[in-house]
Amino acid sequence: MTDSSVTIRPEEAAHFGQLAREWWDPKGSSAMLHRLNPVRLAFVREAIDRHWGGDPAAVRPLAGKSALDVGCGAGLLCEPLARLGAAVTGVDAAPENVQAAAAHAEGAGLDIRYMAGEVVSLDIGRFDLVTSMEVIEHVADKAAFVAALADRLAPGGLMVLSTPNRTAASRLLLVGAAEAVGIVPRGTHHWDDFIIPDELGELLAGAGLSVSARKGIAFSLSKGLHLSDDESLNYILSARRT
Amino acid sequence: MTDKRDLLILGGGLVGMMLALAAARKGISSHVVDRADPAELTAEGFDGRASAISTASWNLFTNIGLADRLEPHGCAIASIAVTDQMKPGSIDFTPEPHEGTLGRMFANRELRLALFEAASEEPLIAWHAKSEIMERHRGAHGVSVVLADGTSLHASLMIAAEGRNSPTRDEAGITIAKWDYSHRAIIAGLTHELPHGNVAWEIFYPAGPFALLPMLDRADGKHRSALVWTVGEKDAAGTLKLSDRAFLAEVEKRMGGLFGTIESVGPRSSYPLGFHHTARITGDRLALIGDAAHGIHPIAGQGLNLGLRDVGALVEVLAEGMRLGLDPGDAQLLRKYEQWRGLDAFTVALATDGLTRLFGIPGRAASALRRFGMAGVERIGPLKTFFMDEARGVTGDLPELLRA
Repeated sequence: MTDSSVTIRPEEAAHFGQLAREWWDPKGSSAMLHRLNPVRLAFVREAIDRHWGGDPAAVRPLAGKSALDVGCGAGLLCEPLARLGAAVTGVDAAPENVQAAAAHAEGAGLDIRYMAGEVVSLDIGRFDLVTSMEVIEHVADKAAFVAALADRLAPGGLMVLSTPNRTAASRLLLVGAAEAVGIVPRGTHHWDDFIIPDELGELLAGAGLSVSARKGIAFSLSKGLHLSDDESLNYILSARRT
Repeated sequence: MTDKRDLLILGGGLVGMMLALAAARKGISSHVVDRADPAELTAEGFDGRASAISTASWNLFTNIGLADRLEPHGCAIASIAVTDQMKPGSIDFTPEPHEGTLGRMFANRELRLALFEAASEEPLIAWHAKSEIMERHRGAHGVSVVLADGTSLHASLMIAAEGRNSPTRDEAGITIAKWDYSHRAIIAGLTHELPHGNVAWEIFYPAGPFALLPMLDRADGKHRSALVWTVGEKDAAGTLKLSDRAFLAEVEKRMGGLFGTIESVGPRSSYPLGFHHTARITGDRLALIGDAAHGIHPIAGQGLNLGLRDVGALVEVLAEGMRLGLDPGDAQLLRKYEQWRGLDAFTVALATDGLTRLFGIPGRAASALRRFGMAGVERIGPLKTFFMDEARGVTGDLPELLRA
């Protein structure tokens, strides 16, 4: 089922199907996101179990809960959240992404609501879990964005955000080297827009939230991308109402 | 959609069925497809094959709840004796307490009976026996096969567990590196006059090792051992065709009265000795396990232990991925399995380029070199090396399911 605003016209279905295939190709232009996915999902799962006191071995820890992913792309995070039992809504500013996500979810047999637009202007209710991964670094008014995310969070809800850190290391590796060798598409990142953990913590505090856990996402040749205490490249955090 | 499951396991032998059961214990559902008739496979006297179950493999049986059922059928291996053509001065090997036990010997029939029984009681396993596969499909969202009777089976991940000649692997275009020793192992069950004392014997002859593995006494009290007799490729057919009496005479001659009179021999089978490993053990929504992926067979039964390690690793990777909400066919999970159980590219290259070239060169010098290599391989003492490595745990990261 998809929202009426993103119902695919037949002549566009092929186009979005192709787009979805590119997004979902583990060796394609989103290869880095695919590798990042299990790492950030491990953090999300731990945050879920800790926040709601669930069984770490449970198959559907989000059963009966609603989840919103802001900046959902083609649904790389929405689909796992749906498999974990949540009623998932994915929002993305680019209508193309949302169409691609809907096409993929349909193929996978998952019931996910996808909507195109800005989270600030969509009237979509409140959610037990709100996630936004690798998005805030692309947003101009970060305070307004964080406030909009907080608005979407139901009482007793959990928020999980991830973003690159603004450090010499991230400037060199994420923006310089990664784009130069093509691991990350050119023009994906503008280092000046990156936000450091303390700044994000202040924005969250301003929206009535406090950080409950934070981890770095680091890279090493032996481990690949992994959760770490080293936050110099990228970090992920969970937050709840103060 | 019809009954879409997590796994579509092609091949329901020992390794395929162990995977289905280990996965089910973690809440992972499966279809298991096999062409054979389970009634034939478990018939008394179907084959005389036996398997050495290492300590790590035994832990897997324990962890999926089959140890109590199987325990009475296993014969413990207490020590290994290695000797050169029955000349005096045999090397005995008994493990130190910290090295763990040497494992247990089981008739494959007993293993099959326990697995088939457990599988038929497990609702997460849909077992399709006596089923021929007509078509295989691997797509963006899932995998499927069409059976001869027109039934379609759907799942998220396809697993090739069909053994050495896996058609699924060949259809996927995965290349295989082989090192053929040009020798075959003749396998048969023996009954003999004297008890074996839980000793595994390895007797070296120029043609190759002659191994005797201790089995439990038969119900009528007859003492039993499993024979693994290495013969040259050209002699294998003749040895298999010998009458029982002639075969027993040949065996007795090589045993030098070790277990007294050799009384009877069960059905004989043979197995090519060699090493094989695929360049990759995964493809899009595809994982290879057991002999479909790799095998090394200096003695019978070792392949099973390798295969059970695949089972442990794959189930661990899948269960962890599904706990995070990932699709069982997710490329990142297969990558993890590949890194864990695949052979690194360099070794495969060495095996394909180095060894096959060496073995492909005609001429007397190359032949001498080959003989030298063969002797070297034999002198290591396959039995001893195997059990020592298992006891030492040198064979890499042990999956959680294979730990006590």
